[in-house]
Amino acid sequence: MSDLHTLSLLVENKPGVLTRVTSLIARRGYNIASLAVDRVEDPTLSRVTIVVEADATPTEQIIKQLHKLVDVHKIYRLDDEDSVSRELALFKVAVTPDQRPEIISITNVYRARVLDISPDSMIIEATGNGNKLDTMEGLLREYGIKEIVRTGKVALSRGLRD
Amino acid sequence: MAQEHRMTGAQAIVASLEAEGVEYVFGYPGGNVLGIYDALYDSSIQHVLVRHEQAAVHAADGYARSSGRPGIVLVTSGPGATNTVTGIATAFMDSIPLVVITGQVETGIIGTDAFQEADITGITLPITKHSYLVKDVRDLPRVIKEAFYIATTGRPGPVLIDVPCDVQAATFDFWYPLTVNLPSYKPTLRGNKRQITAAAALIARAKRPVLYVGGGIIASDASGELMELAESMSIPVAVTLMGKGCFPAEHQLYLGMPGMHGGIHVNMALEQADLLIAVGVRFADRVAGKLADLARSTKVIHIDIDPAEIGKNQEVDVPIVGDARGILAGLIEELRKMGAQPHCQDWLQQLAVWQREHAIPCAHRGDAIDPAAFMCDLARMLQQRDDDFIICTEVGQHQMWAAQKLPINRPRAFITSGGLGTMGFGLPAAMGAQIANPESKLLCISGDGSLQMNIQEMATIRSLGLPLKVIVLDNAALGMVRQFQELFYQQRYSATLFDESPDFVAIARAYGWAAACISTPSQIRAALEWLLSYDGPALLTVRIPQDALVLPMVPTGATVDDVIIARPEHDGREAEL
Repeated sequence: MSDLHTLSLLVENKPGVLTRVTSLIARRGYNIASLAVDRVEDPTLSRVTIVVEADATPTEQIIKQLHKLVDVHKIYRLDDEDSVSRELALFKVAVTPDQRPEIISITNVYRARVLDISPDSMIIEATGNGNKLDTMEGLLREYGIKEIVRTGKVALSRGLRD
Repeated sequence: MAQEHRMTGAQAIVASLEAEGVEYVFGYPGGNVLGIYDALYDSSIQHVLVRHEQAAVHAADGYARSSGRPGIVLVTSGPGATNTVTGIATAFMDSIPLVVITGQVETGIIGTDAFQEADITGITLPITKHSYLVKDVRDLPRVIKEAFYIATTGRPGPVLIDVPCDVQAATFDFWYPLTVNLPSYKPTLRGNKRQITAAAALIARAKRPVLYVGGGIIASDASGELMELAESMSIPVAVTLMGKGCFPAEHQLYLGMPGMHGGIHVNMALEQADLLIAVGVRFADRVAGKLADLARSTKVIHIDIDPAEIGKNQEVDVPIVGDARGILAGLIEELRKMGAQPHCQDWLQQLAVWQREHAIPCAHRGDAIDPAAFMCDLARMLQQRDDDFIICTEVGQHQMWAAQKLPINRPRAFITSGGLGTMGFGLPAAMGAQIANPESKLLCISGDGSLQMNIQEMATIRSLGLPLKVIVLDNAALGMVRQFQELFYQQRYSATLFDESPDFVAIARAYGWAAACISTPSQIRAALEWLLSYDGPALLTVRIPQDALVLPMVPTGATVDDVIIARPEHDGREAEL
């Protein structure tokens, strides 16, 4: 398995741009591990955070090819050391009423939140890096996870640059 | 300040093309471009009505390759648009500037599978440099301005503009912008000075340098600078298929074409060089083969306008991103300041020895015309004439024989589909090149397979009265694929042998062309005299043996050590050359 690389792109906020970005990565033969898109401070732009599975040299090639897209303004390659990243997950866990306190204590340890309680299930919201969400998922699995949804990774570089 | 005029979107498209100085549009009308065709009716722009939309793109491509100006295509929605795909991909692979305008169904019914609807911006996404779907008529002038700018600057390429028919009909106040504002598109043109100095230092020291140059020299109009650099340091020049003509074949420093069917001495030179100065090339698999494995001790300077080409296929010691012309001028200047002198006489002598030792003789076989020898005959005839020739080829064996044997001495005089290898490219491309160069003699070298892929354009050529000449090397087979089957698939000729060729002479005459057919070496001289002197479109069929091979051949993924120089002995068959 190849390494994961996080790329942060500033692109034109208009139809079709995301397709250009993702189809380019796909046709050069690489897999997208996660993807997150939304508007940024400038309403004409969007930020696309992509985690790609590739070795280092192919990642350079992907970045160069992405730079050639007319709608792509800037590309940052974010390392763990010089950037902060977060993911958000929602877990729907099957729980009996007497198990609720255990779930709530796990939730507290992970600084997560209980969003919903139904007679037979709870929905937990958790934010953090991928590892934290993975371990929390492991713990909740003991009780029976019914559904999971995770956003892709979003990331920002530390400090100010251009 | 540009003046505003009230007009329709369709009129604005034509006015924009006029503002860009467009003289010719290659196209085919249909329901969803009626508005633009109506506006063209009043324009000074000449429309070339082809017989198939694919040919419109190839013709615009040939126009662009032979003139350096962008080629313009106009087609309708749906099938008109999808028929352009192969042409667009061909231009994209060879970095040719095109602006392709397609009609689209009304904005309001896009996405409903309407009659003649196709998502052409989606379909062409991976094969265009950029594309637009224009939904507001007021965007049209800006989009067209940007399309021309993007197509022709940086690494050139095709740009597609999809215009729904209601946008063509809408009215607005037109004025054409003088500049573009594209903050995210800024090609690097000037090479980094430190890198240029580093490259010059390598060149000054190299004992066995080779200039390995290609289509980028032509796109950048850098032939003069290339010549000056080669001559000032006595560096031999290997020219790729796409670069043919960027350095004159008659020059003593011209080495030849590298690659799968390149000269053995050229491939040896690339492998044994201590410095490769690669300019406007992409180390394509058909050229470089397994070069990457062999050239560990070789230093590589790679000059290209596209940063993504650097390090893509070949590791590089000194990368320089930018326009070849300025960078070569910078190198010449830097070498002059260093006082560098040519010092590669031993290397040049070695190359001359290899060239002599590894030349593959070609001669006609008795009564049969040997295609390589035929190309040598043609080369001699062309050299004896004063005409300015442009050679266009289709794709296959004939393309390689032409590339190997025909000496090309100026840029834009050899037009061929290098990257995509598109059969059916040559005839329409030759038509476009003839339109762009009415004073030149256009010669299209074709095969019986390729010609039949866009043969309908003989009608267009006739109706335009273009005097272009076609030579069909007819072996009643798909020769290049047959060759691969002979050499690598145990002579199992699966789907490569036609039972017989059609009577190309009769076909040509039916299209209103003059035509002749020859089958023996003794007929060649008179037939070529006739063909080259004929005033009007003319076709010459040259019957060649089905088993003729393009030699030498470096098999896919192999090195020059494994080069095939003669027909290997097959079981139960005599070996013969």
